[in-house]
Amino acid sequence: MANQSNKAAAQSPVKTVSGTKGASARQKVLAFSSLVLLIIVFSILSPNFFQPYNLIAIMLSTAVNGVLAIGVTFVIITGGIDLSVGTMMTFTAVMAAQTVAVWNLPVIVGVFVALLVGTICGMTSGIMVAKFKIPPFIATLGMSMLTKGLSLIIANSKPIYFTNAPSFSQIAMGTMFPFLQDFQIPNAVIILFVLAILASFVLNNTIFGRYTFAIGSNEEAVRLSGIDTDRWKIAVYAVNGLICGVAGILIASRLNSAQPALGQGYELDAIAAAVIGGTSLSGGEGTILGTIIGAFIMSTLTNGLRILSVPQEWQIVMTGIIIIFAVYMDMLRKRR
Amino acid sequence: MAAEPIIVVRNLSKAFPGVQALKDVQFDLYPGEVHTLVGENGAGKSTLMKILSGVYQRDSGEILIGGRPVEIHNPRAAQRLGISIIHQELNLMNHLTAAQNIFIGKEPRRGGGILLDEKAINAKAKELFDMLHVDLDPRVKVGELTIAKQQMVEIVKALSFDARVLIMDEPTSPLNEAEVEELFEIIRHLRAQGVGIVYITHRMDELFRISDRITVLRDGQYMGTFRASETNLDQIISLMVGRKIDETARRVSKMEPGDVVLEVRNLNRGRFIKNVSFTVRRGEILGFAGLMGAGRTEVARAVFGADPVDSGEIYVKGKKVVIRHPRDAAKHGIGYLSEDRKRYGLAVGMSVIDNICMTDLPTFITPFGVLKQKKMQKTTSEQVEALSIKTPSLVQKVKFLSGGNQQKVVIAKWLVKNCDVLFFDEPTRGIDVGAKQEIYQLLNELASLGKAIVMISSELPEILRMSDRIVVMCEGRITGELEGSTATEEAVMKLATQRETMMKTA
Repeated sequence: MANQSNKAAAQSPVKTVSGTKGASARQKVLAFSSLVLLIIVFSILSPNFFQPYNLIAIMLSTAVNGVLAIGVTFVIITGGIDLSVGTMMTFTAVMAAQTVAVWNLPVIVGVFVALLVGTICGMTSGIMVAKFKIPPFIATLGMSMLTKGLSLIIANSKPIYFTNAPSFSQIAMGTMFPFLQDFQIPNAVIILFVLAILASFVLNNTIFGRYTFAIGSNEEAVRLSGIDTDRWKIAVYAVNGLICGVAGILIASRLNSAQPALGQGYELDAIAAAVIGGTSLSGGEGTILGTIIGAFIMSTLTNGLRILSVPQEWQIVMTGIIIIFAVYMDMLRKRR
Repeated sequence: MAAEPIIVVRNLSKAFPGVQALKDVQFDLYPGEVHTLVGENGAGKSTLMKILSGVYQRDSGEILIGGRPVEIHNPRAAQRLGISIIHQELNLMNHLTAAQNIFIGKEPRRGGGILLDEKAINAKAKELFDMLHVDLDPRVKVGELTIAKQQMVEIVKALSFDARVLIMDEPTSPLNEAEVEELFEIIRHLRAQGVGIVYITHRMDELFRISDRITVLRDGQYMGTFRASETNLDQIISLMVGRKIDETARRVSKMEPGDVVLEVRNLNRGRFIKNVSFTVRRGEILGFAGLMGAGRTEVARAVFGADPVDSGEIYVKGKKVVIRHPRDAAKHGIGYLSEDRKRYGLAVGMSVIDNICMTDLPTFITPFGVLKQKKMQKTTSEQVEALSIKTPSLVQKVKFLSGGNQQKVVIAKWLVKNCDVLFFDEPTRGIDVGAKQEIYQLLNELASLGKAIVMISSELPEILRMSDRIVVMCEGRITGELEGSTATEEAVMKLATQRETMMKTA
């Protein structure tokens, strides 16, 4: 296949180059236009859909999945996968709750603990993948079970409530910018967007971002260029863990509690968002913008179907179809 | 030639368990020269290269760089000494741009060393391209470039380490004629700038086009170094193989070509195949010549049912057939041997026996679906003997066989299937001179057994030597047909470069 396209390129280099560039942009346009289409369709079908409060509800429901998806996008671009982001998020939430609600330490310490625990878990996965050469699928599946079990043990299988620290819920649900208060945009949404912009910048403008793409594209070539690929891979998983910590704080704040049984399944939503947004599971390709659009497609779909009173079972079926369709479109694009 | 050599290698020896890979080998390289290393597979070229580039360590002997003895412990050390190597399999990141590939690991930075200075990366890459007169946009993703351009990126990447020595391992094997000329142009520029180039090739036709000096290795032994102007092809080849091989002899058909076995009429597929018609007769070798991208492989794949076609008719032994899938082609006795054996022709992780019996597995099972191991073994050993495949056993994994023997396994696979028409796509690519002769002999034998053979090849001497008739393609069209016995390289090249736009203006 590659050989053939090379031949085609040899025939008319200019044409092919612009053609492929067009195809890559097309995927992003496709994802974005699907989102717009979804919004239009739901707006027509229900007068309740395109209302400020509902749009904010969609954004709020995107926050946690969106944040997780940003983290896992980094890992997927290296050609890896992380199946532990859901339970890692829960584990960081439980640790934050333990710090604040049980040990009575300040909220800021809880936040710090969550971020630290996430980073350590992520780094551990990274070491398993990079140093011990355990396939990412297995290493992070193990990490997923490990963090799930630890969450249940530490929380004694019961939710931990932030009864003593009412300010914790303000992290996600308050509004940090007074002028935004009129729009009732909660902090969680702002955190999502700030993190997205930051992640996008890091991915495109820093050495870390460059090596993330390079490793996913051809790890051996990067290694032969004299770069310590193991170290950078560990860093990518650690950053993903850190971002899981952010998600953990958001979800604990939103629920005003840490729910140790929650979390499993979130990783698949996050991976789905990345993939819908055009991140290639074979590595080397992906954008944060695409991932955010992917996350919004999923939450808009869920929200819209709920407004239309479609049973929850069917919402899940629809999401499944959308994911398969999105990946199929991606395959079609690559086949050109 | 400059007075001081950059590299001097004296009495270099290297042994691996069971093999003396190099024995007392001599080699030297002056700045601004192209020193070509030739030898059959296993002659020790790669070992010598790998020692120079720091992958292997020598057992004994001396390496002098700039007159001083050195130890090259690893590839980084080689880079520091100014030695860069372009491997046959390019080591690039397809998703990154040309400039990003060149500066990977040594990106110009700003913002306290954290941020990438993309502008500087692109500007510096452009500078390097201009220096070598390479016409390439540094911002284009490498995956979107042709193999030839990717190679240029790799060369520029090597030079960005301030290389004084550039080792190139068979750089032209994936290139077409025009691209080879472009590469040679770049090599000449490098030479003019005083870079010493160690050039390794299997293609005898380019030996005298680019080399200043030629060193021949055989079985790890040094056979001699010659100025290109003072030697000839016959001498080099006889030193390489230890026997005389006539590279230029034409094929003499043992039998008159028989009935038409395969006829293709007005085949079309987008811009790849335009109105292609041809016939092949029993006992005939039909050569398909053309530059890379001319559409020859596409025609073979289309006839074989591997790619869909827009229109066209295929007749097998006079009867019209519909081929939508390789399965249909195999049913009608058409076999296709891909140019990329490892990807499309073989299951390299499986045994000789499994590979040879694969296409015709249904004949090797009992009514209950169990494999008939005995019958498979018998068929396989027959083929191994008939084609003299060198393998320690029938259960040897194919990936451990040499290129020539792998190719024979692919051929055996289709012989088991008893095909009447066989498409050979670049059958000798990546195969050394001695094994090539065997493949040629095999093709001749198959033809004299009454098979109809279509051979696609980018090597003109091979096409001229093997074909009864030659079909030449350019940009998806057939631009002419030549008689094998009278065709010349010039005539083929003229047809191969007869572009549509040129025809219109003419």
